[in-house]
Amino acid sequence: MAGGKVNNSPKILVFSTEKISDPAIDMAGLLKLHYPPTVYTIPVPCSSAIKPRWIMHALEQGFDGVFIAADGTDCPYGESCTTKTGEIVRETMEQLKEKGMDPARLKMAAICSVCSEPFVKHVKSFAEYLGKEKEVNAVE
Amino acid sequence: MKKKIGVYICHCGGNISDYVDVEKVRQAVENEGGVFLSKTTMFACADSNQKDMVSDIKEKQLDGVVVASCSPKLHLLTFRGVAERAGLNKYNYVHANIREQVSWAHSDNKTGATEKAIHIVKAAIAKVRNAESLEPVKVQSTKAVAVVGAGVAGMRAAIELAEAGAEVFLIEREFFVGGRVSQWDDLCITDETGKELITRLYDRVMQHKHVTLFTGAEIVENKGSVGNFEIKVKVTPRHFKLQCSGGELQKAIDVCPVEVPDEFNFNITKRKAIYHNYPSEYPQLPAIDMKTCTRCGKCEAVCNAVDFSQKTEYLNIKVGSILLATGFDPYEPPKGEFGYGEIDNVITLPQFKRVIHYNDKRLIWQGKEVKNIAYIYCVGSRQLNGDNKYCSRYCCTSTIHTAITAKNKYKGIHNFHFNRGIRTYGKAEVRYDESSRLGDVYLQSFEYDPPVVEARDGQTFVKIKDVLTANKELEVAADLVVLVTGMVPRKDNSIAGLLKVPKGRDKFFNEIHMKLRPVETVIDGVTIAGASQGPKNIMESMNSALSAATKSFSLIDSGELALEPTVAVVNKEACEWCGKCDEACPYSAFEKVEKDGKMIAKVIPSVCKGCGMCLPVCPSNALELIGLSDHDVESMIDVLIEKDTV
Ligand SMILES: Cc1cc2nc3c(=O)[nH]c(=O)nc-3n(C[C@H](O)[C@H](O)[C@H](O)COP(=O)(O)OP(=O)(O)OC[C@H]3O[C@@H](n4cnc5c(N)ncnc54)[C@H](O)[C@@H]3O)c2cc1C
Ligand code: SF4
Ligand code: SF4
Repeated sequence: MAGGKVNNSPKILVFSTEKISDPAIDMAGLLKLHYPPTVYTIPVPCSSAIKPRWIMHALEQGFDGVFIAADGTDCPYGESCTTKTGEIVRETMEQLKEKGMDPARLKMAAICSVCSEPFVKHVKSFAEYLGKEKEVNAVE
Repeated sequence: MKKKIGVYICHCGGNISDYVDVEKVRQAVENEGGVFLSKTTMFACADSNQKDMVSDIKEKQLDGVVVASCSPKLHLLTFRGVAERAGLNKYNYVHANIREQVSWAHSDNKTGATEKAIHIVKAAIAKVRNAESLEPVKVQSTKAVAVVGAGVAGMRAAIELAEAGAEVFLIEREFFVGGRVSQWDDLCITDETGKELITRLYDRVMQHKHVTLFTGAEIVENKGSVGNFEIKVKVTPRHFKLQCSGGELQKAIDVCPVEVPDEFNFNITKRKAIYHNYPSEYPQLPAIDMKTCTRCGKCEAVCNAVDFSQKTEYLNIKVGSILLATGFDPYEPPKGEFGYGEIDNVITLPQFKRVIHYNDKRLIWQGKEVKNIAYIYCVGSRQLNGDNKYCSRYCCTSTIHTAITAKNKYKGIHNFHFNRGIRTYGKAEVRYDESSRLGDVYLQSFEYDPPVVEARDGQTFVKIKDVLTANKELEVAADLVVLVTGMVPRKDNSIAGLLKVPKGRDKFFNEIHMKLRPVETVIDGVTIAGASQGPKNIMESMNSALSAATKSFSLIDSGELALEPTVAVVNKEACEWCGKCDEACPYSAFEKVEKDGKMIAKVIPSVCKGCGMCLPVCPSNALELIGLSDHDVESMIDVLIEKDTV
C-alpha cells in the first residue's frame, strides 16, 4: 500500500467556511491536489464566527496547528469579516503567548472559493513548519 | 443523548472505496456510543438505498443518522429529505464528507485516507449525538415583489412575476424605462433594434394589471426581512400634466435657457432642462430635470402642460421579496487614458454607437469624414494595475458587430482592431468570422504592452507591437479611435448599502454561489439579476432575470415561509447587556429586552442569518449558534484528535 503510516505528520485543524473556503478545499480533492491526510476541517458559516476558545481547545487537546481558511473580502456576510477574523487571530495569539505556547501554531489566510492551490500550498508549508517544531521539541 | 444512530458509509462506485477501506471504517465506528446500525453502501444517493434508509429509520426507530459520502454541497439536502420522509426531524441528520476531502484528496495515501475517514465519521457521530429536533422559523409573507430597475432585466422579471400571480412594483430611478438597451440601435446577435425590444417589453409590462410602474422613483428606506419588507419609495414628479400638445412642448424646450450634456448620448450632444424622451424610451412623456432647472418660468409661460405644483411623494409599500436589476455603467476612462479627453478624435464605444445613430450617409466626427477607425479593446477591463480584473464579456462582440454596421452603412470604412485576444464566445463567433471576411484587420498585444495613441502633425496614430506578426511594430493613422470600454457597477449603487447586499471583489452585487445559487444574495428574499451582478449581454441578463423572478416567487407564493432555524441564541443567565453583539451583527438582528429584572440581548430569528459574527465578541460567552455550540465543536475536536486505529 502506498504511503504507509502517517501518524507522525503534524495534525492540523482547519476551520473552513461553508460558502467560500470549504468549496475550495472540496475542489482541491476534485483536482487531486494532495496534502497530508492529518489535516481535518470543521466548516463554520463565516470565519468571523470562530471562538478563540475552540482554537485553544484544539491546540491544548493535541492538534499541532490550527489553520483558519478565512473568507477574506469574498465573505457573503459583508466587508467587516476581514477585520473581525483578524481580531480573533490577534486575541487568540495573545492567549497562546500568555500560556507560553507558540503563537505560530495558529495561522490564517484568505482562501477564496476557487483558491484550491493556495490552500494546499498553505497547509503543506504549515505542516512543514509544525513538523520541524515537533522534531526540535522532541530533541529538547 | 441519542442511542439509536444509523451510520451509512458510501463506496461511491469506487470513488471512495478505491482509496478508503470503507469496511474498516464501518468496523471502527460500529461500537461508538449511540451507534445502533452501521452499513456500507455502493451508492448512498441511489433511490434503492434511500428507500432502505427510510425503512431502517422507521422500523428500527433510529433517532439520528450519518451518511459518509461526497461533499454536503451535493447531498446534504438529499439525506435531510430521507430523514423527513421517514418521519425523523431533518436536523437529526449529519453529513460526513469523505470523498472530496478524503478519498480524492489523499488518493496517494490509502492508509492515511482510511484513518482520516474514520476520524471524520466519528466526529459526525459525536455531533449527531447532541443534535436536537428543530422546527423551521415560520413567517407570513406578502405576495408582492419590488423589482428595482426597469432595464431589460427588470422588465422581463416583472412580466414573469406578474404572470405567475404576484403583485409587482416596478421601480425605475429615471423618468424613462429601458435602461441601457434603449441607447443601442442594432443589437447583436438578433437583428432586432434596442427600440423594438424595449417597446415589446414595455407594452407587456403596461398591459399587465398586476404590474405598477413608478418612474423617477427610488427606494429610500427599508425595514423588515424576507416575506415582509417595508420599503419607502420616493417618487419625484416630472412636472408635467398628462395631457400635452406636441407643438407647445417644442416651444417650451426652445425657450429653456439651461443646457446640459445629454447623458443618453454619453455627452456628445446637449439637452435642455426640460426635455422629451427618445423614441426608444417610455413612457412617451416629457420631464423637467429639477437638478438643473433654475425655475425661471419661461417654459411655463409658453406651455400650459408644465406644472410646478406637483410634489415629491413618499409611498410605503409592503413586499415579500426584492429583486435588484439596477444594471451597469460604461467605464469612463480617466483623462489621458489612450488620449481620451486630450485628443479630440478619441471616443468610447457607447459614444461611437450614438455617433453612428446620428450620421446617415457619411460618417462625420468633428466636421471631418471618418474612414480609418482604430478600436482599442479591453479599456477598463482585464486591467493589469487597476481594480477591474474581469472581462466585460459584451464588448468584443459588440465592437465587431458595430464595426460591421459601420462598414455596411458608410462607404470606404477600414476597421483596425487592436485587441488582447478576441472573446466572441458562442454564436457571436460568426460575427468575428464575418468581419474577417470583410477585410477587418486584427492586431494583438498582451496586457503589459498595450497600444499607444499619439497625436502628431495634426493626425492621430495608434502604434502596437503586434504579437501576431512576430512583434513587428505597426502603426495606423486613425480618423477615429474608439475605446472599447467595459462595464462597471452603477456609480450610485447606494441601494446595496440600504438593503445590506454584499458586493464582490469586482464591486458588482454578489450572489451566494456562482453555480449553485446564482441569483440569491445572503440577504434572504433579495435576489439579483442582469448586469447589476456582473457584465452580461442581453440574453444573459434575461436568463438571470427569469431565474431571479422564479426564486423571488418561490419565497412568496405560499404566503408562509420556513427559514433555517440555525440562528444565534443568547444564554439569558450569562448575558449582561453590553451591546457588543449588537455592534458586531451586520444585520441588526439583536434587540435589547428586559428579562427577570435585567437588560439582555435577544435575537430576532427571522432577521438572523446565522453568520455567527457575534459569537466571538461576547465577553460572557453567552452566545451560541444552533448546530455549532461549544459542545458540538469541542466534542468534534476531541474525536478528531483521538489516536489512530488502523
Ligand atoms: C456599448 C454597448 C453595446 C451593447 N450592445 C449589446 C448588444 O448588441 N447585444 C447585447 O445582447 N447586449 C449588448 N450590450 C449589453 C446590454 O446593454 C446589457 O446586457 C443590458 O443593458 C443589461 O440590462 P439590465 O437591465 O441588467 O441593466 P440596464 O440596462 O443598465 O438597466 C438598469 C435600469 O435600472 C435603473 N436603476 C439603476 N439604479 C436604480 C435604483 N437605485 N433604483 C431604481 N432604478 C435604478 C437604471 O436607470 C436602468 O433603467 C451592450 C452594452 C454596451 C455598453
Ligand atoms: S469582451 Fe473582449 S474587449 Fe471586453 S473585456 Fe473581454 S476580452 Fe476585453
Ligand atoms: S455580547 Fe454577550 S453579554 Fe453582551 S449583550 Fe450580547 S449576548 Fe449579552
